Amino acid sequence: MKVHEYQAKNIFNKYGIPIPKEKMCVSVDEVIAVSGELGLPCVIKAQVHVGGRGKAGGIKVAKTEQEVKEYAKQILSMEIKGLPVRKVLVSEAVSIASEAYLGIINDRTAKKTVMMACKEGGVEIEEVARKKPEAILKVYADSLIGFLPHKARQIGLFLYDDSKTAFACAKIAEKLYKMFIELDSSLAEINPLVVTDSGELIALDAKINFDDNGLYRHPDIEAMRDRESEDESEQMARESDLSYVKLTGNIGCVVNGAGLAMATMDLVKHFGGEPANFLDIGGSSSPQKVKNALDILLRDENVKVIFFNIFGGITRCDDVANGILEAKKELKIKQPIVARLTGTNEEKAMEILKEAGLIFAQSMDDGAKKAIQLLK
Amino acid sequence: MSILVDKNTRLVVQGITGRDGSFHTSQMIKYGTRVVAGVTPGKGGMEVEGVPVFNSVAEAVKKTEANASVIFVPAKFATSAIYEAIDAGVKLVVCIAEGLPTIELVKITAYLNGKDCRLVGPNSPGIVSAGEAKIGILPGHIFKKGKVGVISRSGTLTYEIVDHITKTGLGQSTCLGIGGDPIIGTKFIDCLELFAKDDDTEAVVIVGEIGGRDEQDTAEYVKKYFKKPVFGFIAGKTAPADKRMGHAGAIISGTSGTAAEKVKVLEACGIKVGETPAEVAQLVKNRLA
Repeated sequence: MKVHEYQAKNIFNKYGIPIPKEKMCVSVDEVIAVSGELGLPCVIKAQVHVGGRGKAGGIKVAKTEQEVKEYAKQILSMEIKGLPVRKVLVSEAVSIASEAYLGIINDRTAKKTVMMACKEGGVEIEEVARKKPEAILKVYADSLIGFLPHKARQIGLFLYDDSKTAFACAKIAEKLYKMFIELDSSLAEINPLVVTDSGELIALDAKINFDDNGLYRHPDIEAMRDRESEDESEQMARESDLSYVKLTGNIGCVVNGAGLAMATMDLVKHFGGEPANFLDIGGSSSPQKVKNALDILLRDENVKVIFFNIFGGITRCDDVANGILEAKKELKIKQPIVARLTGTNEEKAMEILKEAGLIFAQSMDDGAKKAIQLLK
Repeated sequence: MSILVDKNTRLVVQGITGRDGSFHTSQMIKYGTRVVAGVTPGKGGMEVEGVPVFNSVAEAVKKTEANASVIFVPAKFATSAIYEAIDAGVKLVVCIAEGLPTIELVKITAYLNGKDCRLVGPNSPGIVSAGEAKIGILPGHIFKKGKVGVISRSGTLTYEIVDHITKTGLGQSTCLGIGGDPIIGTKFIDCLELFAKDDDTEAVVIVGEIGGRDEQDTAEYVKKYFKKPVFGFIAGKTAPADKRMGHAGAIISGTSGTAAEKVKVLEACGIKVGETPAEVAQLVKNRLA
């Protein structure tokens, strides 16, 4: 789960990581009031869950009251990569002497938590990792003991020549690690970490992603979720314990298991069709879950054919069949349904669906081809 | 022969009294697995499917000489169940439970360091050594004893590919799901090391997906060290960037971890990649026939 910069900065503040004076605003009037408190110049930053907002014109420095008003109006009415900007962060303008990068993730390959530092700030770290890996210092935490102070100092001394700044940075690194672990983050970045003209370290921008699997033990983080900026169908899916990702095609796919769901989309594409979505109904599926899945799927008006691809193991085909029957009745489904159901209780499912007017498929390939054929 | 699991495996089921635990215990026994014990704290003394239930894994190991464990408890309790199994001295822990926070796997990895115990999963569908034993939830009827090893990051997609392999007339030695999480106990390369030493495995299929670079690392390992033919399938060619596709580990971050990138590296390392599940089975068949 992602949170906005202003939320990430609030968390930083709680952990003692220095941030600029700033406040989140939702209206032009609020921006004007806050800029009055902070003084000019000030920075107005769009709060949206996409990268590249600076390039898109979502970050502006206002030097006069006129500019504050103008920029606030502009940013609060813009869309960045399809997402409307509903919130801005208004922040004091900081005089920057130098910029660096500090980030932390769980390294999948090393299976350890790793802190990364780079003397260039404001960069895309993956890009640097590809082109100039030697510019990044990676320091691994001890998974059982933690991030030892000398490792934090190693980071500070790598980034800064003067020891005062280096050790102040080490403190920030320790706090960042503590936060990362305690809150089940999957990524935390201070980018850039700046030294001001007066020699202070400040986290000018902040990004924190949270591990979805850890959210159950952090209701306060879950409460930060910005529902407005999420796709409504994806939200509904999450609430019914389904995984759904909307795509742009017209063949709606209902599958059990994430790997098979991806392979089903790929197969539709392979035979010349366009998948409308990724949808995993999960393991032990009840008829209700299948009904919810169809409900979500059919909110997408592009869906012209529905393709069920079920390989029953823990999932029972008869449960899926009953779900299809109930959904057909309640949701008045007009689109043709191609069904490939195999595995646990396959025969029972066939019996249940015998008069339901479905098009049956013998295999995954057969099903994908039939679904595509129906569009012609 | 086979890897990890065979007729001599003595299994303890953690969470045996739960809905999934009890159902799959019966399925595992039906397949021929020696399920010697179950554990649910507070329910010691019961029996499930004729299997004695104990209050702790340590007690189960002491009384039944169990040497492998399978975990069917909910995510919230799965972390401690894994530690309990490790401390009880079993050699293999298969975690079917999904939804464990990633940081717990970082810690478990460190805890396992230097111990004679292997973790498979979490979020694994289990392991089947065809005709010998199965641990987990894979449907037994699709397997046939044979010479193909299968390693996969997913569940049902593995069934699909195994089913195709069986329908070509070939069979499997051992098939295992390593789990779809970002950090897992046993990776593709760990399995290949075991398959390399297994005389009955003549070819291996790796079933990967978007996210991370395990498949790429594996391909480079295969090129350097692995002598048997390896085939691949990568799911998620049509997946968009920055969206989690069900599995916690199945996410393209920016431009890295795409299916196209993986297929390219696999093929550059001499691994033939099937475009569809049916095709990958056919590739294996053509080679071994």
